[in-house]
Amino acid sequence: MELLITRHMKLQNRRVWVNGAVEYSSEAGSVDQLFRDTVRHYEIDYPKFFKMDNLCKLAFLSTEILLRGTDILQKYPGEEVAIILENASSSLEYDQKHVESIRDRGKYFPSPSVFVYTIPNIMVAEIAIRHKVKGEHAVFILEQFDPGLIYHYVSELFRNHQVSCCLAGWAESYGDHYQSFLFIVEEEDKIKTFKGLQEYVIFDTVNTERLFKGKSI
Amino acid sequence: MIEDLILKLRKEIIDQLQLEGISPEEVDPEAPLFGEGGLGLDSIDVLELVVLLDKNYGIKIRASKEGPKIFYSVKSIAEYIMNNQKK
Repeated sequence: MELLITRHMKLQNRRVWVNGAVEYSSEAGSVDQLFRDTVRHYEIDYPKFFKMDNLCKLAFLSTEILLRGTDILQKYPGEEVAIILENASSSLEYDQKHVESIRDRGKYFPSPSVFVYTIPNIMVAEIAIRHKVKGEHAVFILEQFDPGLIYHYVSELFRNHQVSCCLAGWAESYGDHYQSFLFIVEEEDKIKTFKGLQEYVIFDTVNTERLFKGKSI
Repeated sequence: MIEDLILKLRKEIIDQLQLEGISPEEVDPEAPLFGEGGLGLDSIDVLELVVLLDKNYGIKIRASKEGPKIFYSVKSIAEYIMNNQKK
């Protein structure tokens, strides 16, 4: 059984790449403005987006862009779609924000909407709620993107017949720094409109790392 | 006086709940905040409103069953504040 990366995207340096080509670029002067510009550019109507922390905004927005024009959510039951992500800073930005809100016992007003984002898995939850995805999910906290870990973990899910499709990758956000690299993994024989390997990328550690680094396959 | 409080509350709610693209004037004081025709608030928003009343008005809501009545609309929140704020 061959696993293929059937679509991939990156969001970093105020640009969006889809399958290696720049699809959108912004002149936004801040991360907040970039996310606002991007969500409007892609005409994503989801008011809850504006309440999310930046990590969730990044993961959510990246997933919206990744899934555009695909039929995977129609093709696979939600229970068979997995979401496996990695990042480095976990939810540290909102962890710190929450700590600040409870530091002074005289002004002890912890915000529920901040607290809810003090766990990195919430980015998976936001994606899952939006797209009714109910399969396996995990978030690994690592110093840097580990294509080997994600390859072996995702491959194992397919080998155990736990999933038919996986959204995987890297979503990292802290302060002004943000970087996402998401991709869709599917089994070769489930792709009805298979057009040849030039359209898709064989899912392995080397190819995943090359895509992450923006190198051609 | 309640009109002034409603004006203030509309802005505070929008700020506290980070409601994008809605101006205070667009919030009907008597319209339900939740459900159809409301602002589309969720359970986390309710908790934020509880914090708002505590932080800005010194009012603690201890009985959760009062919630639906208190947080029905901006006007009902304003009335609750008027009736419960320490003089």
